[in-house]
Amino acid sequence: MIYTKDLSKTYNGTTVLNIEELTIPKGQSFGLVGNNGAGKTTYFSLLLDLIKPTTGNITSNNVVVDESEDWKPFTSSFIDESFLIGYLTPEEYFYFIGELRGQNKADVDNLTSKFEDFFNGEIIGKKKYLRDLSKGNQKKAGIIAALIGNPEVIILDEPFANLDPTTQIRLKQIIKDLAEKQGVTVLVSSHDLMHVTDVCERIVVLEKGNVIKDLETNPATLKELEAHFGSTAMASQEEE
Amino acid sequence: MIKHFLNLEWKQYFRSSYWQKNIAINIFMVFFALYFIAVFLGLGIGLFFLLKETFPDQDPFVIANSYLFYWIIGDLLMRFFLQKLPVMSVKPLLTLPIKRSTVVNYVLGKSALSFFNFLPLFAIIPFSIVLINQDYDTAMVLTWMLAMIITVLIINFLNFIIEAFSTESELSFLPIMVVVSVLFGLNYFEVLPMTSLIGNGFLAIANHPIFILIPIAILIGCYVFNYKTLIKKLYLDSSLKSKVAEVNASDLSWTERFGDIAPFMKLDLKLIWRNKRTKSMAFLLLIGVLYGLFFYPQPMYREMTFMSAFIGIFSTGFFLINFGQFIPAWDSGYYKLLMSQNIKYEQYLRSKFILMVISVVLLFVLGIPYVYFGYKILIAHFAAAIYNIGVNTHVILWGGSYNRKKIELDKKAAFNYQGTGAVQWLIGIPLMLVPMGLFGLVNWLAGFAAAIALLIVLGVLGIVFHKKLMKGITQKYLNSKYKMIDAFSQDN
Repeated sequence: MIYTKDLSKTYNGTTVLNIEELTIPKGQSFGLVGNNGAGKTTYFSLLLDLIKPTTGNITSNNVVVDESEDWKPFTSSFIDESFLIGYLTPEEYFYFIGELRGQNKADVDNLTSKFEDFFNGEIIGKKKYLRDLSKGNQKKAGIIAALIGNPEVIILDEPFANLDPTTQIRLKQIIKDLAEKQGVTVLVSSHDLMHVTDVCERIVVLEKGNVIKDLETNPATLKELEAHFGSTAMASQEEE
Repeated sequence: MIKHFLNLEWKQYFRSSYWQKNIAINIFMVFFALYFIAVFLGLGIGLFFLLKETFPDQDPFVIANSYLFYWIIGDLLMRFFLQKLPVMSVKPLLTLPIKRSTVVNYVLGKSALSFFNFLPLFAIIPFSIVLINQDYDTAMVLTWMLAMIITVLIINFLNFIIEAFSTESELSFLPIMVVVSVLFGLNYFEVLPMTSLIGNGFLAIANHPIFILIPIAILIGCYVFNYKTLIKKLYLDSSLKSKVAEVNASDLSWTERFGDIAPFMKLDLKLIWRNKRTKSMAFLLLIGVLYGLFFYPQPMYREMTFMSAFIGIFSTGFFLINFGQFIPAWDSGYYKLLMSQNIKYEQYLRSKFILMVISVVLLFVLGIPYVYFGYKILIAHFAAAIYNIGVNTHVILWGGSYNRKKIELDKKAAFNYQGTGAVQWLIGIPLMLVPMGLFGLVNWLAGFAAAIALLIVLGVLGIVFHKKLMKGITQKYLNSKYKMIDAFSQDN
């Protein structure tokens, strides 16, 4: 589904991402972990053709993303608040995204109604602009908007940050369902090791732009990840 | 404590991105300020002699005082729209161990150092010096000067009181309008002769220095009132909280007739109507319509036919120029979203194009009454409108692909130069000067009809090749896609 080959991104001589080869099969829930500056958001931005790769490329469903725009109809994403249009209400925002993705109002209403408990009554029918919602509620709206129009690839950067515990648990269920029942490829990044291991079948650890671990999730994965990040903390302490 | 505040102030000023990134705008603003200072200085020096010449048999000092009322009203009105109490900047101070009263005194004290308070001094002080030179009693003039300075400060604080009331009412400029028109009305219908009242008041202060206690008392009153309202509001949930606007949803289903660009049209209309800066731009439509009135009533301009082409371009293209020059920066806040969504760039741009065309047509139709000043003006406006539709829309869209400055939509409107770069200055040349020059030249060589025909032909050519031009423009946008995304995600 998503094939990355010889991908690198360099800013002023500093390489921030360097992936030799990475294949993400269809329907996989894929987790990306790493400390700040590890290259998670850079990789997602490259996947969405928001920045240009220095070398190599990403092929999504046989479409080279920086050469053709044909990946757009089946890909959706929520990276940060700059994906929201502040002066729209959540409903208007959903309809707008729906229109861009060939969905009419009824389709969109149908989809959003499924997430009523996820919204917890704080999004729909509140007569508030997105810019006036709290960070957490903005995120909820953005994540659900990324589900509109039956995308085959969904990219969520740090979806759990800023969400309350109840919503985090509901979101985990939503992401699992997408991958397992609907065969959607979900790419998630997170700083919370527990959440990623709960949600993702596969976890890749990035460090300074390089893939240093590629794990199939099993009951021991969380321990392994904790040990890994714990040891880097120890190592840096010793260095100091 | 004051030392810390001053230090913060200094850093805030010189580390703001305005200073560091936008030298051109700074130079412009400095010139603007210098211009006003020069005007006020000129007024201060020249006023005495001007009044003496106009009213030879009266005392210029008395006359000057009788006009003070209009100055107070005008100053109040101007400040209301341009000067805001800088409360938001104190938010980080709240959690620090600083007394609330210190913070409030700081905010209020800082406002006294505003440019608006210094500007009148440039007129008041030279005027006073001239008075002393003209053998007026020095002590009297100095008292008067002091009274004037106190008045400036009273206006300063009175404005914030009015603003405090405005924020609570739905129509935000109702209070100022009420205050100003009541004062003006009282004076005009001679119910309460404010002009002579205020004039005599100042004369009385000048002659009997003891009366200066009255303005001082008023000033203290205003300050205390501000202090009391502000200290009550210095909580995160009142004035420091950014206001939550009620949604004004309107039915935009009529845009559906535009087919595939309807989603973008709806978005653009909401963009214009729901954000401060764009909203004020919608009112520019009105200025566009009225623009001709500055010129046409004067026969001098009516004779210069090439002027009507210029006014035509400007008045029918007023919205086009003001809205168009910031395409696509208006959408910079969510540009990443648009770029990763399933959209056709061409549709996105065409929506802006249609919007601009509609504005040109609307402005032309509203400007038809100018026919009163001669049919030639109407013809020139028509030609200018066609030129705007056919040529200027494309030029401005093309120029937009060079936009690299982000615009934050919820920032204030007046004196906001955010998003302005070299493009905005350069684009004016092809937009305004080229049609003017062409028109003027052909008008001079071959006459009015030929010049009109030229503008129309150019405009029609643009309309005929619309599809082709749009293709080229779209390609231009696609080519600078990464640069734009990168630039728009920088905070400036």
